[in-house]
Amino acid sequence: MNTKLSSKRKPNYINPYFGGVLLGLLLLTIFYVAGRGLSATGGLKLIVVTLVDKIAPEHAENNAYYRMFLPKDGSSPLSNWLVFGALGTFFGGMLSGAISGRLGKLRIEKSPKISNTTRLIAAGVGGILFGIGSQFGRGCSSGAALSGTSAFSFGGLIIMALMFGVGYVFAYFFRKLWI
Amino acid sequence: MGPLIPLEIITGHWDFVIALLIGGAFGYILEASGFSSSRMIAGVFYGYNFVVLRVFFTAMIVAMVGYLYFSYMGWIDMSLVFVLPTYLNSMLFGGFLMGLGFVIGGFCPGTSYTAAAIGKIDGVVFAGGVLLGIFIFSELFPFYEDFYVANNLGNVTIGEMIGVSNEVVAFAFVVIAIVAFYVTSIIEKKVRKNMTEYKFE
Repeated sequence: MNTKLSSKRKPNYINPYFGGVLLGLLLLTIFYVAGRGLSATGGLKLIVVTLVDKIAPEHAENNAYYRMFLPKDGSSPLSNWLVFGALGTFFGGMLSGAISGRLGKLRIEKSPKISNTTRLIAAGVGGILFGIGSQFGRGCSSGAALSGTSAFSFGGLIIMALMFGVGYVFAYFFRKLWI
Repeated sequence: MGPLIPLEIITGHWDFVIALLIGGAFGYILEASGFSSSRMIAGVFYGYNFVVLRVFFTAMIVAMVGYLYFSYMGWIDMSLVFVLPTYLNSMLFGGFLMGLGFVIGGFCPGTSYTAAAIGKIDGVVFAGGVLLGIFIFSELFPFYEDFYVANNLGNVTIGEMIGVSNEVVAFAFVVIAIVAFYVTSIIEKKVRKNMTEYKFE
């Protein structure tokens, strides 16, 4: 396997500007159809709410945050647009990977300078920070930064600016994870 | 006239089918653009790959301009489209945590789903982390319940905040995007010249 620089080798991805146009048109479609934006974390949040409610219903009822997402009529929080959207995202990604020959055996992608364990710890910690941050931020990169800003939300712009800005500020300290 | 679901032109459980299809298209576009690769995403922070910026900014300006056009043509009632409310304190903090999570983990939630879907264990672990993070946040919620809703500016738009129309905002974004596309393409070329260990997957 060639590990030398291969920026000249064409990766099997679509042109990013073309991808961007498609994503923009998809956003426009969801604004037009649903009057809302795309979402990724919302589905996971409802899974958390459901699990807690199943395991400890009283505890869920006593917590103001869980209570916000428990339907009043007692129906399942999973019967929700956000859950279907997240499921779709997973399978859509799988379809694209299958078509382009990227759907493969279980593997870990990382910089050659770090071990598999380091990469998995970093991925886990990054995920936890994103999970907590997305709740304070009322949405993640999809819901707040991309969809929010595109619908001209000021809060969406704040999230987008901070997400990238903070990333740049701390990039130096985590460079070994990537380069 | 849209939006269709809020105006009840589409009703019933069709909206779940639509959610699945739109989610599917979202995942497809993310994966096809290369977002199932954390090293490709993280390139935006180190200058060796600006694909995130290209996709993100292009999507944003296409959506913004299209949205204004739809409104101008009378096809969509902008007052019925959700504007994410701005809770200043909480969102500043949330954005900070997400930026940190982004550069450490190399994914955001949506992209981690697509990475998991094609067999990347780091994508699975990241998504698991998000799940755990949401659980931690919810369990500790009573401690920052007030902070969470402090400084609520309501459903304020960027235009209202700085005192210009959203048409001007969209135009500014288009100009910024074009400049950013150009500048980052130069940076990317320079950085890649000096890199020996990066490869596309």
